Amino acid sequence: MSGLYSMDEKSQDTSLDLTKIKPYGDTMNDGKTQISFTLPVSCNDEAIEAAKQLMKKMGFENPQVVYYKELTKGFTFFNCYGSCTHTIDYSSIHVPKVESTVMDMDETDNFIKENLGRKIVVVGASTGTDAHTVGIDAIMNMKGYAGHFGLERYEMMEALNMGSQVPNDEFIAKAIEMKADVLLVSQTVTQKDVHIKNLTELVEMLEAEGLRDKVLLICGGPRISHELAKELGYDAGFSMNSYADDVASYVAQELNRRINS
Amino acid sequence: MQESKLNLDFTKVEKAKQVSKNIANGVQKFVEDYTSVSVERTLCRLIGINGVDKFEVPLPNVVIDSLKEKNVLGEGVLFYIGNAILETGLTPQKIAEKIAFEQFDMVSLKINSTEEIQKAIQPYITESIEKINTRKNRRKDYLSTIGEGPKPYLYVIVATGNIYEDVLQAEAAARQGADIIAVIRTTGQSLLDFVPYGATTEGFGGTFATQENFRIMRTALDKVGEEVGRYIRLCNYCSGLCMPEIAAMGALEGLDVMLNDALYGILFRDINMQRTLIDQYFSRVINGFAGVIINTGEDNYLTTADAFEEAHTVLASDFINEQLALLAGIPEEQMGLGHAFEMDPELENGFLYELAQAQMTREIFPKAPLKYMPPTKFMTGNIFRGQIQNALFNEISIWTGQGIQLLGMITEAVHTPFMSDRYLAIENAKYIFNSMKNIGNEVEFKQDGIIQKRAKKVLDDAIEILENIDKVGLFTALEKGMFADIKRPKNGGKGLAGVVEKGSYYFNPFVELMKNR
Repeated sequence: MSGLYSMDEKSQDTSLDLTKIKPYGDTMNDGKTQISFTLPVSCNDEAIEAAKQLMKKMGFENPQVVYYKELTKGFTFFNCYGSCTHTIDYSSIHVPKVESTVMDMDETDNFIKENLGRKIVVVGASTGTDAHTVGIDAIMNMKGYAGHFGLERYEMMEALNMGSQVPNDEFIAKAIEMKADVLLVSQTVTQKDVHIKNLTELVEMLEAEGLRDKVLLICGGPRISHELAKELGYDAGFSMNSYADDVASYVAQELNRRINS
Repeated sequence: MQESKLNLDFTKVEKAKQVSKNIANGVQKFVEDYTSVSVERTLCRLIGINGVDKFEVPLPNVVIDSLKEKNVLGEGVLFYIGNAILETGLTPQKIAEKIAFEQFDMVSLKINSTEEIQKAIQPYITESIEKINTRKNRRKDYLSTIGEGPKPYLYVIVATGNIYEDVLQAEAAARQGADIIAVIRTTGQSLLDFVPYGATTEGFGGTFATQENFRIMRTALDKVGEEVGRYIRLCNYCSGLCMPEIAAMGALEGLDVMLNDALYGILFRDINMQRTLIDQYFSRVINGFAGVIINTGEDNYLTTADAFEEAHTVLASDFINEQLALLAGIPEEQMGLGHAFEMDPELENGFLYELAQAQMTREIFPKAPLKYMPPTKFMTGNIFRGQIQNALFNEISIWTGQGIQLLGMITEAVHTPFMSDRYLAIENAKYIFNSMKNIGNEVEFKQDGIIQKRAKKVLDDAIEILENIDKVGLFTALEKGMFADIKRPKNGGKGLAGVVEKGSYYFNPFVELMKNR
């Protein structure tokens, strides 16, 4: 039978089984994946073969190199497709996450009025040597980000954004001065795990000052997960695609839980 | 009368420049009475003081700290070194070493007459100027022999933390078509009150700016430039607490482009405003003389403030940066005034507003090699949309004749660029620049349409804010948070302790020599 009319490849089981999921291209369980990478060799037939073999080692069947280009002498870039052979048992996965119901700004303000009856004091900063304010600004600044107003805009929040490159001791001093309920730490730069060192140092300093249990301690950043945050001794962690609403809802509900139950 | 596609009222532009000139003059009056530890360390570097002591403290710091401790820095380092030359017969470098290693005290020496002192230091000043001239001629030679790429220059960054790895990445980028290589500095260097020494291989998010690293990269770019038949410019960051020192190092090592904003450090690094304004002046005098294109950092305003609502603050800052640069003797051809493509991609007609603003900036600063910054704030990790955002940005650039195109990377907000990210960015720009080459000459804008009205509004709003700044002066304007919504106190921030009022013996002949080249 000619390859074009072969039904062999279509013989795969096309029903969804959550104990064995794999990538979806255009047919269930086809495993189709796109991947690109650069190999540190010049562009030639051997390089293309190396790319294919590498794909196989990564667990791809039928690896295809659809584009390649020598970026500079000794470095070749590849765009590839292949069918992933691995599967994942989706049904057994458990990811720790922030447990709260997301409310919008008005709902959160009302929730705070009703349950706490006072403003929540939030101090935030991008700490250590990190010069990026993009994260903390998105959560805190009046304007917010992508249509989600920041904490400064909340009627029932007294929010201070200290900006970037704030040393941990200055951050703590400000928290004490303002009697903060909540501390928000943003970390964008993660090279060589500098964020881990910095986040850990803050927890240690808060513990030394006897403040750790008195504040809700939250960190956020593109490479931070709730799981990592918990591991480092934080109450919660927020990653990409989190907005002020998510943080504010969590803060309001968690403080309510701590104070009123 | 200048021709305008936007039907801009050039009497308004003239007015904006006049008001900005007033603002700049107000700053300059303050600047001229003061010097700073960094300005004085710069003078040390210019007269050949280099190296470190046994604790890795740079000798310029050792020398300046010794004067500061004795409360005599206001007379200036050239005065004391000049006097020490007369008394010891040693070179500035030897004097610095004596201070560092033998607790030599040059302040307690017998003081000679100012004329004799100036005469003693003169050969070192002349030598320094000649060294920089040699560097300038080297660039000129390259430009007239191997030439350069067409504008907009393609500007890419390297940021491995290791200068030798940076070289590899830079060579690859040059071969792919980059015209300018910027070596991103390590996080936090702007807040160091000294410049590290020697070749470095460790950095966070970038590589230390050191004179040796400058030299290593310049040498590599000369070589690859000869190979590809195109002069490759080198860019670094003349900002932070060592602004003028970096300028001097760049001038001596043949850098071509420097980020050198008058206000950036104040707003975004919380460096004291007095310190910054004093430092920016001397750094720009040096950059102007060395033929370095300065890049200003207005794009940063839009990472905190909204790009649509705050567009006029970018323009206002460009006006002020231009006037401050003119006072420092920087020709318009070396003013890479900054702006950015940072509007929310969801904004209806956002492309038209970006186009209007880019064209407006072009027409208002016709000779400047404008520095156009790519989308960063709304780059999300969706690399596929990111490639389109960068394409739109590239279209506007070729359409409006920008000077320096900071190429957007699809992995912005994800990681420092891969070699392949840079390739894709250059390919994107080259495709669009070629395919749309003459669109600017072919397409006119509708009379009183969205584009013309947008430009008019931004200019009007910029004039309004400039007039408000002029009323209170730049210092007060910064205190009130009139830029990027950021408030900075006049006596707050880092580095104020390094500001000193000039004494009666103070002299710094470099300023006049460099400005009247």
